[in-house]
Amino acid sequence: MIPELGQFALVLALGLSLIQASVPLAGATIGRQDWMALARPMAAGQFVFVALAFAVLAHSSMTDDFSVRYVAINSNSALPLIYKLAAVWGGHEGSLLLWLLILATWTLAVAFASRSLPEVFAARVIGVLGIVSVGVLAFTILTSNPFDRLLPAAADGNDLNPLLQDPALVIHPPMLYVGYVGLAVPFAFAIAALLTGSLDKNWARWTRPWTISAWVFLTIGISLGSWWAYYELGWGGWWFWDPVENASFMPWLAGTALIHSLAVTERRGIFKSWTVLLAIAAFSLSLLGTFLVRSGVLISVHAFAADPARGLFILLLLSVISGGALLLYGVRAGQMEAEGGFRLVSREAFLLLNNILLLVATAAVLFGTLYPLFLDALGLGKISVGPPYFNSVFLVPMLPMLVLLGAGMHASWLSQKGETLARKLAPAAVIAIISAITVPLVVYGGGSVFTVIGLAVGFWVVLTALWDPITRALPRKTRPLPLSRAQWGMSVAHLGVGVFVLGVTVTSSFGIESDQSMRPGDTLDVAGYSFAFRDVRQVEGINYEAVEAEVEVRRDGQLVTILTPQKRVYRVQQSPMTEAAIDPALNRDLFIALGEPLGGGAWSVRVQYKPFIRFIWLGTLIMAFGGLLAATDRRYRAVPQTSRAVSSPQPATESV
Amino acid sequence: MTPRRQRMVLIGLVVAGVAVSAALALQAFRENVLFFFSPTEIAAGNAPVERGFRLGGMVADGSVARTEGSLTIDFVVTDYAHSIPVSYTGVLPDLFGEGQGVVARGQLNEDGSFTAEEILAKHDENYMPPEVAEALERGRAAGTQ
Repeated sequence: MIPELGQFALVLALGLSLIQASVPLAGATIGRQDWMALARPMAAGQFVFVALAFAVLAHSSMTDDFSVRYVAINSNSALPLIYKLAAVWGGHEGSLLLWLLILATWTLAVAFASRSLPEVFAARVIGVLGIVSVGVLAFTILTSNPFDRLLPAAADGNDLNPLLQDPALVIHPPMLYVGYVGLAVPFAFAIAALLTGSLDKNWARWTRPWTISAWVFLTIGISLGSWWAYYELGWGGWWFWDPVENASFMPWLAGTALIHSLAVTERRGIFKSWTVLLAIAAFSLSLLGTFLVRSGVLISVHAFAADPARGLFILLLLSVISGGALLLYGVRAGQMEAEGGFRLVSREAFLLLNNILLLVATAAVLFGTLYPLFLDALGLGKISVGPPYFNSVFLVPMLPMLVLLGAGMHASWLSQKGETLARKLAPAAVIAIISAITVPLVVYGGGSVFTVIGLAVGFWVVLTALWDPITRALPRKTRPLPLSRAQWGMSVAHLGVGVFVLGVTVTSSFGIESDQSMRPGDTLDVAGYSFAFRDVRQVEGINYEAVEAEVEVRRDGQLVTILTPQKRVYRVQQSPMTEAAIDPALNRDLFIALGEPLGGGAWSVRVQYKPFIRFIWLGTLIMAFGGLLAATDRRYRAVPQTSRAVSSPQPATESV
Repeated sequence: MTPRRQRMVLIGLVVAGVAVSAALALQAFRENVLFFFSPTEIAAGNAPVERGFRLGGMVADGSVARTEGSLTIDFVVTDYAHSIPVSYTGVLPDLFGEGQGVVARGQLNEDGSFTAEEILAKHDENYMPPEVAEALERGRAAGTQ
């Protein structure tokens, strides 16, 4: 009975979203106050019913109701409780439900926070979010119902894929989805602006904190995925250019471009139609990403043929939402007038180049990800595009972008004397280049051209990001204006970029990987550490059995750690899984994974030394923290009252 | 320069930059595309000898052989119409086994054997790489002719 309640709640939510998607928009067009006033109650009601549906599925999963097909496929009675919860979003149907819940939550937040916006504009924003919701709700109910019954009920469930039974994977999808779906908010703001026909600086100011918040979650979500792949899946790799990863990375790149373009639109009133286009692109890539991963098209394009309804629905949804938005853009974009120009050397020009380079990278990743799918769909052969393609097409635009990034942070709006900028930043450039050459020589005794370039760029970004905070902290006669929180955010986020670049460079230049055959008693030396293979024994987990090796790690005779990599076999699915053992430290990870028995008591093992790999995720966390600072800047909170929102001049703030 | 001239210069630079990037991307793409071949296609002489590709099929029952304690493993990949001997040195993915589907990236040798540089992992037991499923289908069709 309870699962039917969930389905009923979903249908009610669809009903409410249909009203939310139509009446307020119509009301905004013909100027009916009472129609527009429906937007908020509908959004709130929809949230209640979607949350109820989600709670029902969570209840079914946690109480082992295997008469629900979804639960029977994705859970098991022996599963630890936390993973029974994670199973709610471990499969296609449940993850759509999570998507819906997050969209409803964002919509609710917009509904509450938009009271200071003009009524017509707020009604349109909530209405557009309603349209997105209608599409995904209908898709869920019609093609991917999580509450389908399985009759007769299964005796026990098929279990959650053991790879997903991991703490990072419990929070990775929600984080990622909060980011993905959060990009619907700037999308809705953009469409509302196109409908209204006015896209002023206020619009950009309203949109910025939402966009940055979504970006923060997306950043954390992607990092969690990368970290998980590192210790669980990748045998020590942290990024594979796998289509699933690219699907989340493309909206991130477009979202990053959007954040920067919004800054220009807010400050200078230019790049308006470009910003709107980016908002549309970022959310379209999110939709594409969700469905690339969740529709099964990546496993096989023929999955579409097996379930034509789903595939057709997805294409329809994408073309209505993205196509409709682009059509509206084509009709209305001409009305957006730039409020001024800009010069060749200015903050605007740097941000324009940033945008172009980010989009070139996005396009290259998109091409490499989708082209094999197209070929396959047309029956023209099966190809795959290797990581070297992605590495080169990504690095070529990104290296100049990073160099420009350091200078752009210090360029003024409108116009900037090139020499002044060069004089200000010359010390940073010199320090960066000297450190890039000496540090690897001193620490690692050498390095390639790639190492030097990567380190120089990384140090450059770190130094230029810290330049303002540090020089301001120095004692001097005239006290400079304190940095705003948004400026701190910019410095911190860019510092994160620098730390990330340093981590990537060092770990790929000086990382050591060694596959070996080892018997108990054998010792292997890697990067000055000796790994002694002591023993192999059987151990038992809650829902798995494992073979565990004991490896003693010493450096100069001193015991560093004892690592216990495992080879697990999960009881329900009987599939083997490698559980690597890692000794983490800020300056290096020691990684050991147990392969398979080679006969005669020998095992294949992979031993890795990964210097500064933690900087990769540390850098992304710093980026996210910078975003958090920027999104919570005071000027976004000090919102004028509704009546004054349109006419009153904004207080001039020192801002990014 | 007037602001307008400056913007024109900027736009010119951007267009040139994008064109160069596109050319580089296509070049990188051509160099890094990996084609997929089944044992039957290789037997027909379709697969290149001088460049790498991906080979897919089933690991033939009873074909896995390894010198005790060595990381090098030999096995046969088959689509039940034709077979290719494969050799690989390294750690195997979790779900590698006889009677299981497999995708191997590597190069074809002059003698018709295949040296794998990478054995691709499957993520779960029931999952069959789609290329492999299709290759088996075609192999079966070829075998019954």
